[in-house]
Amino acid sequence: MADAPLRADLILEYPFSRTTGPVIGAFLTGLREGVLLGIRRADGTVMVPPAEYEPDTGESLSELVEVGPAGEVVSWTWVDSPRPQSPWDRPHGLALVRLDGADTPMLHGVLVDSPDELATGMRVEVVWSDEREGHIADIAGFVPKEPS
Amino acid sequence: MREVAVVATASRQVPVLTGTTEVQLMVPLIESARAAVGLTQEDIGFTCSGSSDFLAGQAFSFVHTLDAVGAVPPISESHVEMDGAFALYEAWVKLQIGEVDTALVYSYGKSSPGSLRDVLALQLDPYYLAPLWPPADAVAALQARLLLESGAASPEELAGIAVRSQHHAAANPNAVRSSTDVTVGDVLAEAPVADPLRPSDLAAEADGGCAVVLAAGDRASDLCERPAWIRGIDHRIDAHALGVRDLTRAPSAALAASRAGAGGDRLDLVELHSPTTSQEAILVREIGLDDTTVVNPSGGALAGCTLMAAGLMRIAEAADRITGGTADRALAHATSGPCLQQNLVCVLEGA
Repeated sequence: MADAPLRADLILEYPFSRTTGPVIGAFLTGLREGVLLGIRRADGTVMVPPAEYEPDTGESLSELVEVGPAGEVVSWTWVDSPRPQSPWDRPHGLALVRLDGADTPMLHGVLVDSPDELATGMRVEVVWSDEREGHIADIAGFVPKEPS
Repeated sequence: MREVAVVATASRQVPVLTGTTEVQLMVPLIESARAAVGLTQEDIGFTCSGSSDFLAGQAFSFVHTLDAVGAVPPISESHVEMDGAFALYEAWVKLQIGEVDTALVYSYGKSSPGSLRDVLALQLDPYYLAPLWPPADAVAALQARLLLESGAASPEELAGIAVRSQHHAAANPNAVRSSTDVTVGDVLAEAPVADPLRPSDLAAEADGGCAVVLAAGDRASDLCERPAWIRGIDHRIDAHALGVRDLTRAPSAALAASRAGAGGDRLDLVELHSPTTSQEAILVREIGLDDTTVVNPSGGALAGCTLMAAGLMRIAEAADRITGGTADRALAHATSGPCLQQNLVCVLEGA
């Protein structure tokens, strides 16, 4: 016992509501509707997930663009023990996925059974959750896309 | 610019701190750092600390730790919810203003009672990333794979960084992971924990704290035979969203090193706050180091990484080698955020 760290359970919470604004809000609402949105940057490229501002200059951005629903894995790793708070209850891939029509990748899970099924450059497509509420977990994850 | 120097340091780091509060941890460290230069708290012009309420599980947790400083009679004091290296930056700015000549900087982290990977998930974007609770080592692994597949580093090079850290750490009593005989082959034989990162690629989690005394101008020379003069210090930040930056680079590290004057002369050593071997490879490239510079003589953060203190410990390790006369010019680095998002560089010189 003497060597065990002292333990006391404590619930940390943030009991406030936040508004997500015209861009993040639109993206999250899009998820609820089963639509993936990016935003056009000053140089014409498309950023997904969208931000209200240009990361390099802070300039406001507003032109939303539909992207996906398939894309390409830019980088990946494997999560053997997902956190209990995460949307996943079994081992899964974690990847940066660049959706078709987008120029920046987004992070989400890849639903496969083993890291052997993952590779950089592989094509994947979105899987929607059955119940959607305007939350990043409205995307259940990505799965490998069979060549059409 | 006013000349400011590190004149005393004290650090302690262990794998798991048991039966000891943060206050009890810091009392002897703060006392030791002040006493090394014959100061009491009444002689300190400004006190600045770094710690995390997310580790303590309590808002304004740093207020308790002021008991380790002594806040009566009232002191001039500040706190950052960042690594102590950033608290040192604030103290350096305060000394530049010129109203005080001495400062005490300290930071600490005790992550063992909770879950560090959960705490680190909360530093990510609150809408797009944090609700997915990606483990910090998995986020770093996405960066490591990009680095490896770009050809900028090989698995053998990353294993070599791990080996060098463990060998150097054998001489560091505050290191929590060290080995005199581990080889690149041994590291490459480890099973990945966050593919492609292996256990030895990830910094060893630790509990600990660090205290540093700064002094300006003649006061530094009076207090210390060979002060470690801060000849440049700079903090830069890259974009928060992981997808909008090239994760194989850290432009903010290169800019901070340049602005701190790192390239002005030969560096005897660098102490890098790199949470993974892949991030160390990126930092070496961004800072522009060659083979004449010893990287992480203490083992670096890989050999023991106390959240909120690992960066300040890098400055302390570099300063100690200058004060002790074994180095003339050193660079210390601290990072914050995911995948080297924020970088602070401090250049120290003995003369």
